[in-house]
Amino acid sequence: MTDKGIMKPLPGTTRGVMSAIKIEGLHKYFGEREILKGINFQVSEGETLVVLGGSGCGKSTLLRSMIGLLTPEKGSIHILGQNMATATEDQRNDIRKKFGMLFQGAALFNSLTVGENVALPIKEHTRLHPDIIRIIVKVKLELVGLTGFESLRPYEISGGMRKRVALARAIALDPKIVFYDEPGAGLDPITANVIDRLIIDLSKKLKMTSVVVTHEMKSAFRIADRMIILHQGEIVACGTPQEIQNSEHPYVKRFINGEEGPVALETKDSYLKGILEEDDR
Amino acid sequence: MVHLSSFLGAIGKQTHEFFAQIARLSELIRSFLYWGFLAPIEGKKSLRRELFAKQLVFIGNESLFIVCLVSASVGAVLALQAAYQLRQFGALLYTGSLVSVSMTRELGPVITAIVIAGRVGASITAELGTMKVQEEIDALITMGIPAAPFLVVPRIFGLVVMLPCLTILSYAVGMIGGYLVGVVGLHINSDLYLHGNFSALVPKDMWTGLAKSFVFSLIIGVIACYEGLSVKGGADGVGRATTQSVVLSIISIIVADGIFTAIFYYVFP
Ligand SMILES: Nc1ncnc2c1ncn2[C@@H]1O[C@H](COP(=O)(O)OP(=O)(O)OP(=O)(O)O)[C@@H](O)[C@H]1O
Ligand SMILES: [Mg+2]
Repeated sequence: MTDKGIMKPLPGTTRGVMSAIKIEGLHKYFGEREILKGINFQVSEGETLVVLGGSGCGKSTLLRSMIGLLTPEKGSIHILGQNMATATEDQRNDIRKKFGMLFQGAALFNSLTVGENVALPIKEHTRLHPDIIRIIVKVKLELVGLTGFESLRPYEISGGMRKRVALARAIALDPKIVFYDEPGAGLDPITANVIDRLIIDLSKKLKMTSVVVTHEMKSAFRIADRMIILHQGEIVACGTPQEIQNSEHPYVKRFINGEEGPVALETKDSYLKGILEEDDR
Repeated sequence: MVHLSSFLGAIGKQTHEFFAQIARLSELIRSFLYWGFLAPIEGKKSLRRELFAKQLVFIGNESLFIVCLVSASVGAVLALQAAYQLRQFGALLYTGSLVSVSMTRELGPVITAIVIAGRVGASITAELGTMKVQEEIDALITMGIPAAPFLVVPRIFGLVVMLPCLTILSYAVGMIGGYLVGVVGLHINSDLYLHGNFSALVPKDMWTGLAKSFVFSLIIGVIACYEGLSVKGGADGVGRATTQSVVLSIISIIVADGIFTAIFYYVFP
């Protein structure tokens, strides 16, 4: 491979700590549009990494590649030592048992109760007795601060509560890694803060590695051990919140200060092409 | 020149899209067959019994009454229309035979399938489409649970079991409808009507009808799941897919019915 991305040292490797996630030379195209242009980074075990970036920079695409919903054209995504990018569907399902994911809209199953939602991964992947599953579900829901809601349906509880239930479901199997897509999206600042605190608490208490994708500055600085900033499919900065705060990179400065920049020009042709060829994935 | 090339481009794109759809459809059928039949043999956890049971109850609840209503009406109408013709030959006594044979060979299976396509097929598409739009299917896959055994297999198996059952029900109710019209409305002797009704029936009428309804159940299940799982965009996408699912199912049912009737007529006379 002549990819120059691989030659660069991987940003932010903490020596001596195993990396839970290691991404090298990741490229993803939609049609002819290149959305991810050679992404490299690592996440150490127990670390909370925040991926920050403006709308449309490819954050969700990066996340969906990591969890195996999209297959990148080039590069590797090692999750706990296994390469998600080249794994078969069966192997992917094995890897998926080791992480949890909190979706932007919670993605709870409306046909199941809150309790059944949290129980689902346990029921599917273990042979535990229903009574034991019930206890685990209760414990997980208590971890996210909910008790007594087991028999309600997802549409009967508030958005913030749904997020918490989804979080309880994501950690149901005690995963080593949890991915979060915009955990604060659609919530008021106070509830969003509660969710952020839960993320911090859980990763400390359960010693989980967390990858949080967001465009909320405040929330990012609150929870991050380390952050990377994504811009037009490339990592433009990487470091501790302190380092990012002091960064001299013009885009990073603009982004964290919320300054106005020139309106980015997207050419309609390439944009439309990407959308029209969406079906061919 | 510009027009020609954009015209050809449009055709190319449509063809491309068509083949992409065929590929996705065969992928769905492949994973249904794999998870429905091969995976259990390989010892993988496949059919979730409680989901399957839920589907059976749902399909029954959704369509029992309406299948009865429609079948009774069709049986009654058949009796009346048959009598209108048969009376001219003084052959009124054959009304029962005509009703029973048309119900079992043709109308029972087709009408039940159309009712189920409209009630159950539509709701399967709407449900799966909504799940797709709300990232619930992504969530399922991300939990390491393949979508086919969880969503597709119980629904198609549910239809495969329930549609023939409902078709048998439709036979019975249709014949009752015909009987009531024949005896009460046309004053045919009850015993004679029943004799005509049952003496004309041969086992082949029954099994060809049930074979058809088995095929219809697969058609409805596959189309409904396919349309639901290929929803794009938001709520409007769900609505469009639902309409598409019902229309496509009904057309396919009628075409398949034609093909099967021809096969049964020429190949198994
Ligand atoms: N399935 C798809 N097919 C074609 N293009 C896509 C697809 N998904 C995303 N894109 C394009 O990829 C680009 C990045 O999208 P992505 O969803 O990753 O952005 P994002 O950083 O998550 O933005 P946001 O913060 O708004 O969620 C966008 O320009 C989008 O148009
Ligand atoms: Mg996004």
